[in-house]
Amino acid sequence: MSSDNLPEIFEYIRLDGRFPHILCPGCGIGTVMNAMVRAFTELKLNKNRLCVVSGIGCSSRVPGYLDCDTYHTLHGRALPSATGVKLARPELEVVVIGGDGDILAIGGNHFIHTARRNINLSLIIINNFNYGMTGGQFSPTTPVQAIATTAPYGNLERGFNISEIAKSAGAVLVTRSTTYHAVHLKNMIKKAIQKKGFTVVEAISQCPTLYGRMNRLGSAVKMLEWLRDNTVSVAAPETKENENKLKIGVLWETESEEYTEVYQNLIKKAKGEKV
Amino acid sequence: MELLSGNEACAIGAIRAGVRFFAGYPITPSTEIAEYMAHELPKIGGIFIQMEDEIASICAMNGATAAGIKAMTATSGPGFSLMQEGIGYSCMTEVPCIIVNVMRGGPATGLPTRPAQGDIMQARWGTHGDHPIVALVPWSVAECFHLTVQAINISERLRLPVIILLDEIVGHMREVVSFPEKVDIYQPPKPTQGPDEFLLYGDDTNYDGPVVGFGEGYRIHLSGLTHRKDGFPTNDPKTIAWKMERLKNKIEHNKDWLWNFFYTDLGAETIIVCYGSTARSAFDAKKIYEKKSGKSIGIVRLCMIWPFPYERLTTLLRGAKKIIVPEMNQGQLSNEIERTVSPDVPVITVNRVDGEMLTPEEILNVLG
Ligand SMILES: Cc1ncc(C[n+]2csc(CCOP(=O)(O)OP(=O)(O)O)c2C)c(N)n1
Ligand code: SF4
Repeated sequence: MSSDNLPEIFEYIRLDGRFPHILCPGCGIGTVMNAMVRAFTELKLNKNRLCVVSGIGCSSRVPGYLDCDTYHTLHGRALPSATGVKLARPELEVVVIGGDGDILAIGGNHFIHTARRNINLSLIIINNFNYGMTGGQFSPTTPVQAIATTAPYGNLERGFNISEIAKSAGAVLVTRSTTYHAVHLKNMIKKAIQKKGFTVVEAISQCPTLYGRMNRLGSAVKMLEWLRDNTVSVAAPETKENENKLKIGVLWETESEEYTEVYQNLIKKAKGEKV
Repeated sequence: MELLSGNEACAIGAIRAGVRFFAGYPITPSTEIAEYMAHELPKIGGIFIQMEDEIASICAMNGATAAGIKAMTATSGPGFSLMQEGIGYSCMTEVPCIIVNVMRGGPATGLPTRPAQGDIMQARWGTHGDHPIVALVPWSVAECFHLTVQAINISERLRLPVIILLDEIVGHMREVVSFPEKVDIYQPPKPTQGPDEFLLYGDDTNYDGPVVGFGEGYRIHLSGLTHRKDGFPTNDPKTIAWKMERLKNKIEHNKDWLWNFFYTDLGAETIIVCYGSTARSAFDAKKIYEKKSGKSIGIVRLCMIWPFPYERLTTLLRGAKKIIVPEMNQGQLSNEIERTVSPDVPVITVNRVDGEMLTPEEILNVLG
């Protein structure tokens, strides 16, 4: 297919027979991918210098549709794999995408240590509150008492606070958005890519097929409406009404030395050059 | 001339062969390799990174290789167990991967500071699914250097994982050695086609094919899912069969030049088949026995155990009346050797798994 008459964002989509995609109707992952490619477009990223890395899961299928270097690694291992890529080719823009199970359960240790190193990777976590790919088991972000196929009587385990972990482990930017707030999500991804260091975007997303159905949350549209009604900007006033809502926007930002740059200084030191 | 350990020789060989990236996690008895790399790589603009565990280490190494630089990791039993999924990833994506496993006693934490050769079968079949693998087994400090160089070239040519199996004795022993300043380094060709025509797995020969990494404008897709020639996943039985055959043939079509062993006195009635540090004891036993009895003993010393040289051994061992296989395990490679010789030739195993070195005396005991 030629991309001559298509909008600019198609620049970043593989048009040679990758569609239809494998995601369910109403799934939020497509919206996250949409926000991603729009962020790439607005930032005018050179797709020959862009590498998108993922692990395994529905969310991790996104790279397969993107027209840049794409690295579909092992379940949970996107971050260490991306660390290897980034260290080997620091000039590449490396974006990592994965589900809550992939990044926070099996990949949880890598998440902490990648943040601690503060290596220049932008991580997008698609948080759909369950394991989609394997059929709706509970994950580290499934709310207490929510139903999952491996929590048929209600989930007992408390969820991770993604942003607090990222912050205390050393990420320099932590943001949250949702698939309802698609434009906002795009802006958060843009900000993460622009910021040097390890940056995290939590994209809350709907999995209508599994989490939504098991917890009787209604259609994809209903789930999106829930996201609209239960989130509030970090900039909004602290009213009673906003108290229990999820904050979206920039949750944490700081400055710190980035790993590949510090490593270049180490090389100079080892060579006996002045740092 | 330098006094070096086997571990150091591996690290030096890797650097000479072009390795510029090392990711690892400390574990006895392999740690000296990581320490050497941490000290030396930055001096030549290379990267050393200590990862949070061995899974992260192999993934970082795979990532660096996918991005086009030569990379390596080193570990021992427990870490080697953790790396298995990453080894399979290298097989499936056909991106090189070099692992030094300095074997200690197992299972589990086992004997961190004691020698063993217990990972012979794990090296072959540790990762799940049918897959190609190459494993080399040096017996001296000098050979640690040379086989590491060879391992890297094989991995680059065939695009599969190559495992260098040292045992604790070979890793830690010191010998006076000198290495060549220059070694032959294989450099894969770049594709002649542009990004629109190039297929990542399109070469039929399956080795020495064109290679591209990330950031070269080819916008490649690497995936551990079984895939088509362009790298994208498939469930089509014919394509799956093609991929599996392709992986298998990496070894099948190349084993003749891959096989690497040394032999002497094969006219003898008794032949010892050995590898790694136990081969040192075998040569000592041969010397003592020949002096005492006046009868000669044959030796086949394997430098590469996988692919196993079945057909070649069948020929080489044809005249033997008795075969002796000393191993620091409960009998692993000896099973493969039994498969290569006629059923009426006894294969006598000499095994030791108590954390002590297998001595020449133990071999002499069965030589009679
Ligand atoms: C080592 C390993 N363990 C388990 C699996 C099976 N598995 C595949 S995807 C997945 C979970 C996916 O959930 P998540 O990361 O939240 O992504 P989602 O599918 O919800 O987008 C699991 C457990 C695997 N592929 N590899
Ligand atoms: S199972 Fe859930 S997360 Fe996976 S594609 Fe379907 S809706 Fe999306």
